[in-house]
Amino acid sequence: MKYLALVYYDEKLMEQKSQQEWDSLNRECIACVEGLSKDGHYITGSPLLPTSTATTVRVRDNRVTVTDGPFAETKEQLAGFYMLEAKDLNAAIVLASKIPPARYGSVEVRPARELVETGNQAGGNAAEPVEESTGEIP
Amino acid sequence: MPTVSQAWLNDLYQAESRRVLATLIRLLGDFDLAEEALHDAFAAALTQWPDDGIPDNPRAWLVSTGRFKAIDQLRRKARFDVSYEDFAERLEAELVTGEEEEHSIEDDRLRLIFTCCHPGLAPGARLALTLREVCGLSTEEIARAFLTATPTLAQRIVRAKAKIRDAGIPYEVPEADQLPERLESVLQVIYLIFNEGYSASTGDALIRHDLAAEAIRLARLLCGLLPEPEAEGLLALLLLQDSRRAARVTPDGDLVLLEEQDRALWDRQQIGEGSNLVLRALASRRFGPYTLQAAIAAVHAEADSVEATDWPQIVGLYDALLALTPSPVIELNRAVAVAMRDGPGEGLRLIDTLLARGALTDYHLSHAARADLHRRLGRKDEARAAYQRALELVQQGPEQRFLTRRLAELDAD
Repeated sequence: MKYLALVYYDEKLMEQKSQQEWDSLNRECIACVEGLSKDGHYITGSPLLPTSTATTVRVRDNRVTVTDGPFAETKEQLAGFYMLEAKDLNAAIVLASKIPPARYGSVEVRPARELVETGNQAGGNAAEPVEESTGEIP
Repeated sequence: MPTVSQAWLNDLYQAESRRVLATLIRLLGDFDLAEEALHDAFAAALTQWPDDGIPDNPRAWLVSTGRFKAIDQLRRKARFDVSYEDFAERLEAELVTGEEEEHSIEDDRLRLIFTCCHPGLAPGARLALTLREVCGLSTEEIARAFLTATPTLAQRIVRAKAKIRDAGIPYEVPEADQLPERLESVLQVIYLIFNEGYSASTGDALIRHDLAAEAIRLARLLCGLLPEPEAEGLLALLLLQDSRRAARVTPDGDLVLLEEQDRALWDRQQIGEGSNLVLRALASRRFGPYTLQAAIAAVHAEADSVEATDWPQIVGLYDALLALTPSPVIELNRAVAVAMRDGPGEGLRLIDTLLARGALTDYHLSHAARADLHRRLGRKDEARAAYQRALELVQQGPEQRFLTRRLAELDAD
């Protein structure tokens, strides 16, 4: 049998972790993958960027609709997954819209995050937050 | 040659900053870095041009200076965080290939519009980002126009930029097969900006009118960059609606119905331009719902009075609109036009069918329309009941006052 192990956590709580805590968690995850691979249990997997990067794709009457955010329909349940390679979100949307159940439910498209030993957080490769400029002339 | 004063530079900023920004975003691949670079480039112009003179091509100078400033900025950051090193090196390598010559500046403006209006961004964020990046409004100006706190609006823009970066929303004009759907999203953003400025009954009227003017400017820019019939249809619709601006509200802020408006106050120049655009869009045979709505507005605009209006043509245009985008609100509007063409009884029958179907039962305008048709048929009691139902459902002050006035007139007769 093949099993899909889905990982859930409270993003708000995880965001508060320090870089040190994140580095240590990421190292644990890398070790976990190595262990599973050695024992022949690991097929594929990846951490994801947070739900703020999610886009939902639906197809109704042959029309593709794209909305911001993760799927939020409690009537729908997880039915499967595809790991896709695409050059950008537009290309990923085109691929996702070809997934047949997109006609019945929704497909949430979320970028994968690279699992590295240091400098990586739930928000991806940490860049310093930039303040919104005011748009005034110097 | 003009002297480089702050005022002269302000004018140049007005004229060029959005173009320069659009190109810098493509070259640097990052909104925030591009904004900083734009800022630095204008600061450099202010210090260098008074001594060195204005360059032959100020726009190209600003783009290239902004680009160098961004690389400097990344190099400085790389001293503290090596992750910026690769970014700086990549930008420097691209500098050598001179690849940017293949792209035109105008394409960059179109890229910016499509990216800011991407359907993967939250609807409110699309409006804010478009006004900020494409129109160059400040965050404070946008916040005031949308009656939102500045920090809330700034946060919305920051989140939208983060989504563009992290989710990989590309900086491109969509491929031909995706263009119609994506253009729809752009047109919707422009239409919503216009509506925010045109129909809202609260807030600083002057600022909100600026929003309507901004939407017209944006629609014009889009038509120049991408002359699609439906984009021209939208521009026509905005011009034709805006042409009635002076006539649609009294000095006290009360709404004036189309049939009671002083048509001498309608802006003939906007009507002329709008009508020409409608004809062109219709002739293309590739038009959509905005063009049809504009065509309806044009028929109204061409008539001297309600009586002289070509109602059969308006009903026909509503039929076409319904075939394209079925909606109960359009059915209601069509019923009112049918009442004008065939008499109040016929319109009433259509509205009652609509309500019996369970559509628009809580919509104040369906009851207001019923009330008006009963009134015209001389059925005071039915009219009164329908006005009262509409009053229970209405939210906005001016419409409330209008309905109360109608009720009072009914009892006075």
